[in-house]
Amino acid sequence: MAECHPVGFQWVMEAKARGATVIHVDPRFTRTSALADIHVPLRAGTDIAFLGGIINYVLQHEKDFREYVVAYTNAATILTEDYQDTEDLDGVFSGLDPEERTYDFHTWQYEGMEVQAASGQRDQEYADQPGGRKRSTKSVRQAGRGEAHGSGGAAISGQPQVDPTLQHPRCVYQVLKRHYARYTPEIVEQICGVPQDTFRRVCEHLTDNSGRDRTSAFVYSVGWTQHTVGVQYIRSAAVLQQLLGNMGRPGGGIVALRGHASIQGSTDIPTLFNLLPGYIPMPHAHAHLDLDSFIQGESPRKGYWAEMRAYMVSLLKAWWGPAATPENDFCFDYLPRLTGSHSTYETVMAQLAGDCKGYFLMGENPAVGSANAKMQRLGMANLEWLVVRDFSLIESATWWKDGPEIETGELRTEDIGTEIFFLPAAAHTEKDGSFTNTQRLLQWHHQAVEPSGDARSDLWFVYHLGRKIREKLAGSVDRADRPILDLTWDYPTRPMPSHPGDAEPDAEAVLAEINGWDAEGGPLSSYEQLNDDGSTACGCWIYCGVYSDGVNQASRRKPSTEQDYTALEWGWAWPANRRVLYNRASADPDGRPWSRRKALIWWDGEKALWTGHDIADFTAAKSPWYRPPTDATGAEALSGVDPFVMQADGKSWLFVPAGLIDGPLPAHYEPQESPVPNLLYSQQRNPVRQIVSMVHPNDRFQPSGGQPGAEVFPYTMSTYRIAEHHTAGGMSRYQPYLSELAPEMFCEVSPELAAERGLEHAGWATIVTARNAIEARVLVTERMTPLTIDGRVLHHVGLPYHWGHGGLAPGDAVNDLTHLSLDPNSHIQEVKVGQCDIRPGRRPRGPARVELVKEYQRRAGITEKTGTEI
Amino acid sequence: MGVKTWIEGWPVYRQLTGGDPLGRAAAVKSRRSDTLAPRSATADKVVKSICPFCAVGCGQNVFVKADEVVQVEGDPDSPISRGRLCPRGSSTLQLVTGSAREYKVLHRRPHGTDWEELDLDTAMDMIADRVIATRREGWQWEEDDARVRRTMGLASLGGATMDNEENYLLKKLFTALGAIQIENQARI
Repeated sequence: MAECHPVGFQWVMEAKARGATVIHVDPRFTRTSALADIHVPLRAGTDIAFLGGIINYVLQHEKDFREYVVAYTNAATILTEDYQDTEDLDGVFSGLDPEERTYDFHTWQYEGMEVQAASGQRDQEYADQPGGRKRSTKSVRQAGRGEAHGSGGAAISGQPQVDPTLQHPRCVYQVLKRHYARYTPEIVEQICGVPQDTFRRVCEHLTDNSGRDRTSAFVYSVGWTQHTVGVQYIRSAAVLQQLLGNMGRPGGGIVALRGHASIQGSTDIPTLFNLLPGYIPMPHAHAHLDLDSFIQGESPRKGYWAEMRAYMVSLLKAWWGPAATPENDFCFDYLPRLTGSHSTYETVMAQLAGDCKGYFLMGENPAVGSANAKMQRLGMANLEWLVVRDFSLIESATWWKDGPEIETGELRTEDIGTEIFFLPAAAHTEKDGSFTNTQRLLQWHHQAVEPSGDARSDLWFVYHLGRKIREKLAGSVDRADRPILDLTWDYPTRPMPSHPGDAEPDAEAVLAEINGWDAEGGPLSSYEQLNDDGSTACGCWIYCGVYSDGVNQASRRKPSTEQDYTALEWGWAWPANRRVLYNRASADPDGRPWSRRKALIWWDGEKALWTGHDIADFTAAKSPWYRPPTDATGAEALSGVDPFVMQADGKSWLFVPAGLIDGPLPAHYEPQESPVPNLLYSQQRNPVRQIVSMVHPNDRFQPSGGQPGAEVFPYTMSTYRIAEHHTAGGMSRYQPYLSELAPEMFCEVSPELAAERGLEHAGWATIVTARNAIEARVLVTERMTPLTIDGRVLHHVGLPYHWGHGGLAPGDAVNDLTHLSLDPNSHIQEVKVGQCDIRPGRRPRGPARVELVKEYQRRAGITEKTGTEI
Repeated sequence: MGVKTWIEGWPVYRQLTGGDPLGRAAAVKSRRSDTLAPRSATADKVVKSICPFCAVGCGQNVFVKADEVVQVEGDPDSPISRGRLCPRGSSTLQLVTGSAREYKVLHRRPHGTDWEELDLDTAMDMIADRVIATRREGWQWEEDDARVRRTMGLASLGGATMDNEENYLLKKLFTALGAIQIENQARI
């Protein structure tokens, strides 16, 4: 955090100054470790075992916050008899189809419930409905359905059976206890390389600092997500934080630190294949799918997701305006349909296959930043046309004349048929607009100057591209063109003084559409005002209120010195300007703060309202003693003690009955490429990790665990960032100041590894995997700790991933080494852990580079089957 | 010049005797530097902004003089950053005004060996034509008897560095085109 989010880290230091204990768990000693109370080096890829060990400690010593756990989580809920755990099936859950490599999660359900899967997977139940056509559940599951919970939980219906004493053998609490019993301090030491006394100190600090009067927070970043089990990493932290009562409370939570200025915004208003704005799922292809059956298939009956029809119809009204009528299903049929995963990695495969022919890159540099960067470049070399919008001529714009494959002879510039347009982009100082930061806070940046030359905002580019396409298609009678021609696209523009004749669209008018308006055109102030009859329009329901009263709430800037610590008048946080989600849980079931120290919101009996420092994430007038009638739906179906209002049962989920692709509980699996066999189960890897669709000659996997050939790649590598560079380098390696601060690609190794392999400090090393070979300057440092894993010494190689062949500070790209094995829920690649070899000296030039990799492949006996076992 | 003036003109003396023992402020000023004013002091206006690098969202003050950005500093009012910027945020002036910025549209013909300059409006027309043609080529009404109403010919990657309003228009346009392969860094 001190490296990648330095200014955010000042608050960790503030907490430390007030007595907080800071624990840093990371294979490397970094600037964060230097300021932490305890640094815990562990083997990359083993966090589920580490966190599982802490969970087991909490359960064995009954350190859970029992009152919170019973009232606010599903610990008491009883599971169906059909559920079988990894304990029963040696490392897999019930419902595994080894042929299809998918789970059927019907057995993961609550007892006595009418089975209805989560919003992520609910769509699959569509096939069971009359008139529904049975489709491959695999394709639906692959479509990134799990992410449809970005703003809240999955959905269920019916009344679960509960045992508040937590004694029933099939209640979640007891299942959890059995599941985690084998995650002992001894196994944590063997798998993670963390000594037992260090591990116990972490457990004690965490449990001592959690409960009625104290809270602990977890902070993570892509070190947790970029794994074949990334979602289950986060789930492990979620289980722990629920048991300790650290959710929805001040100083608690699981905090995701995101890497780009508006990466949260581009998830909320998603430039993602599987989502519509506000985490409404993109429809999946079914015969005769209409709006009603879509809503029936996707929307639960309880919680705020029960209003999905209002959110969806309001979105369709925002996009297709007067053309969207009740008679034509509000143009629901205009939405294209998914048939599986269409993630960026599938797109690369489609480029290589020749199906995807045109490609836009908007401020992103996949030739350096995406896994297996060579595949990215080869995909682009097979396009008909490519549009790159950026500040500088980044590697993704120039690979056709100076890329690594030109040097090796694998590509020849004259043979590449891709037509390329480079369009310079305007900077944030040259345009109006909002970023959503990592805490869901929208902040407006105002235009300071006009962009120079041909530089233009992306708003300008998309608006005028759409305008030109609409003009060129005007009068078309092709029904495929109706969605374009009926699109609301009449945004107000203003002249650009330095570019006569040109016009910039008004960003605030777009924000007003995102916020939404009522039948009279007045701005809405809350998503609770949205209707499903077409009388309201709203471009993103969770952002509804950002333009309430016609005021740009994201541009509010009341100085922090003039308001309290929640700073509610600085910017605007979705939803409804709430700063802590699910903050009903900061009060006890009777609505009183768990303690005076940890008060955030509470029930004011006199006014009969929730009040406090934050805006209540709860119906303001719903008393703690409200109990819903049995036929209630939507938010009314949640009781006064149900803080997790997006969940259909109002509880947070220790056990996830639906919504995840790879299991209702986290289980430790070894990474796609690992130095050791799985010591916990006979199942080595996540059985449903996503690899098969990606198998390609340029993306070979390595032998793993105890398999013959694994010894050819004996070292564990991990990728990371440093303070001086930004992600794939497009905004830093082209800048003189930052390039001077960190001028060259390097790798970090311990003195022991340097001695073992003859590596010299400041000399060169070549790092090799089955994909490629790269070179880097060697940094020999004691910050890299050799770990003892199951009795033998394991070394890590640290690899910062910022570099590429372009810019002022060039270097080989680490992503040339990485492979395409993905988390099945999120389709995020496993680049935080892999196996490699390292040797002294620079890598070979020309065709010899390719030959070196082939020699390693031969030596390790690698074929197209290697590493694809379930 | 009297001895007193001469001694007081010596920075180390001022450092030892004044309120600036580390020699980072008044003690090390020369007569020349005493007359200089910071760029921020002579700016025509200060525009409120947000750092474009990571997602912490630090506040920035953008100083503008004669329609040029002359300085970018941390915004002390921000409850998130309290005026601070990290090495990357501190380089923002160079990011937005520096030598790395490209200001011309460039075009590489199929099989071409170098860039050629292109007029912006011409480029926009060419791109619009290619979108229309590629969309048609990759069009599907149905797959496996289920309606899909989409094109698989087009894809887009990027959005995490863009404004919400820009992402919104991009998703809206792509969806209306029937193009589903739209992704950004959030997947990575």
